[in-house]
Amino acid sequence: MELRVLSLYPDQMNIYADRGNILFLQRRCEWRGIGFVHDGAGPGEPVDPGTHDLFYIGGGQDRDQRAVAADMVASKQEAIAAAADDGAVLLAVCGGYQLLGHSYQLGEEKLPGLGIADLETVREPGARLIGNIAIEADLGSGPKLIAGFENHGGRTYLGPGARPLGKVVSGHGNNDRDGLEGVRRDNVIGTYLHGPLLPKNAWLADHLIALALERRYGTRPELEPLPDELEAAAHDSARRAAQS
Amino acid sequence: MERADRVVENERSRPVFNAKVALARTIGRASRASGRGGGTTLPGRVLLRLDPEAIARLGHGLNRGTTIISATNGKTTTAGMIAGILAADGRHPVHNRAGSNMTWGVATALLEQRGEEGLFEVDEAWLPRVTEQLDPSLIVLGNLFRDQLDRYGEMEALADEWARTIAARTGRTRFVLNADDPLIADLGRDPKGTAREGVVYFGIEDASQALPELQHAFDAKHCRRCGHPYAYERAFVGHLGHYSCPNCGAERPRPEVAATEIELRGMDGSRSRVRTPSGEIELDLPLPGLYNVYNALAAIAAGLQLGVEPARIGHALEGTRAAFGRVETIAVADVPVSILLIKNPAGANEVLRTLLLESRERGPLDLWIALNDKIADGRDVSWIWDADFELLAAAARRVVCSGTRAPEMALRLKYAGWPEEAIEVIPGVETSLDAAVQGADGRVFALPTYTALLELRKLLSDRGLAKEFWR
Repeated sequence: MELRVLSLYPDQMNIYADRGNILFLQRRCEWRGIGFVHDGAGPGEPVDPGTHDLFYIGGGQDRDQRAVAADMVASKQEAIAAAADDGAVLLAVCGGYQLLGHSYQLGEEKLPGLGIADLETVREPGARLIGNIAIEADLGSGPKLIAGFENHGGRTYLGPGARPLGKVVSGHGNNDRDGLEGVRRDNVIGTYLHGPLLPKNAWLADHLIALALERRYGTRPELEPLPDELEAAAHDSARRAAQS
Repeated sequence: MERADRVVENERSRPVFNAKVALARTIGRASRASGRGGGTTLPGRVLLRLDPEAIARLGHGLNRGTTIISATNGKTTTAGMIAGILAADGRHPVHNRAGSNMTWGVATALLEQRGEEGLFEVDEAWLPRVTEQLDPSLIVLGNLFRDQLDRYGEMEALADEWARTIAARTGRTRFVLNADDPLIADLGRDPKGTAREGVVYFGIEDASQALPELQHAFDAKHCRRCGHPYAYERAFVGHLGHYSCPNCGAERPRPEVAATEIELRGMDGSRSRVRTPSGEIELDLPLPGLYNVYNALAAIAAGLQLGVEPARIGHALEGTRAAFGRVETIAVADVPVSILLIKNPAGANEVLRTLLLESRERGPLDLWIALNDKIADGRDVSWIWDADFELLAAAARRVVCSGTRAPEMALRLKYAGWPEEAIEVIPGVETSLDAAVQGADGRVFALPTYTALLELRKLLSDRGLAKEFWR
């Protein structure tokens, strides 16, 4: 078995230590004897929807995000949409999450989005939404907590065709108004919980690994449990930070 | 400066202002006498509450000029080096030497010290405001790295603000800028790309010190002029190096002050040959790492601008002592504890590189790493995944993880490949430090984030092992 991961724009969209997520997936595969393949697709580089099963895109500085939005729509939109329709896992974090929608407002500009999730990101008066955050999400095995950190100026609103990733337990979430956080569509997950989100939530990392392997091999594997004492302690630490 | 002139001309308010100053000083003395600390900021906080223009009023008395230093990494050390250079010249500036570098720290130094010259390190985000108030004759800018994104926002946005400040000061202020950091170097050119007047550049020109590859946390990717990715011939620390833009041709400026031959000597420091417009300096620096070579180059360039002889500068730098927590060694229960502040990926990577060199001499290392997430650390601890802790995976004998986010630090090390049995989690600073010291085989290397350093400092001074830092 092999987990095949593609990072989208790894040199542009990595502002909050996004590589932590990739490293976390890699080690958890290696410790279980699951092969791990990691590739990157940068500006202008085409994407094949069938080669990889887990796609990742992180957050970037405004300048990078502007360039990536245009390039992604021009060179990757169809392939990413096809992969998403075919059950590929896509984890889009922070700026990457905003790019999943129809459009994203950056300053005075309206950037195009991938349009693979029914959502829109706008600017509203008010401060950036910054801080520790905990949300409750049910990805099929009952409600569980996801803890992390958010830092975004944009406010995201889901359309009728989208459902949220979870409910905000503490923190701001999509727009600081409706109590919702992130988006979920097939195996596509978008969230403002940025940077190394998976290390703080090992259960979510394992869930994504299983989904991606299921797409490749047809059945969802039982992942071998790992000695996760430090992972559990880190999750509790991030939760405590959000709920204190 | 317009604002400074306005407030000083208004002589009728003088007695009122003097009363406010007296009150703030009294509060500072009372605070210190109570032994509760906070003496480096409280008087300034009080004064600024009473008079928001206090820095401009007090700063007006600094008639021999004021130097301001800012950077993501190295502010306190560089300012300390410049203070040493000025001391060798018989000059004793008003200086916020405890590293309290927001407005209230600057105000406190101005309240409590007398002098004709000013030397202030200033927080990156406060640079525009403090500059407007203090009317500096010299501004020294070292670097901009990814740091506390929850507080400062993006580096490029910060660089844009600095550019506005510098444009407004050109002609009235001289600048010492790092040629090797494109975010900084570009500040020395006007929008047409012409060199601004009064700019001196420093940089490293020893290709043998280049990193084998560009580091992950690489912050200046795009040309400040045209947005095209820079081409790097080599990088020394993070994104500091030799770069040019293949699209518009923007280039690294040639530095007037440059380290041309460098020999790194682990924790003992470095030796380098430094080219300056006033002749060569043989620099024997007792602080480790290339990042401190950069700090010293900034200090040399500043010292020359401040009229100090090259020989005197070189001699002063040989006697540099680390700012507290920037490579200081203190014995705890007879075990030497070397303290190295870590606070962002670029700075942490330099500490890790230095420790890797050290482990080759010394064998496996005993470490204490304290990760806090208070406001002054940055609430967001994501950055530990950007720092290359992998460097020490095979070099650690034992590590005790401490601080408010200790478990996340431990997890980072596990995924960096450190042996899990070598990792312990003990959140309390005091108990964890004692545990690290008790189990140590020789020296302990202590790597605290900023507020963990403050806790450590307090602990060590309570035990009589270190001087209280505000004295």
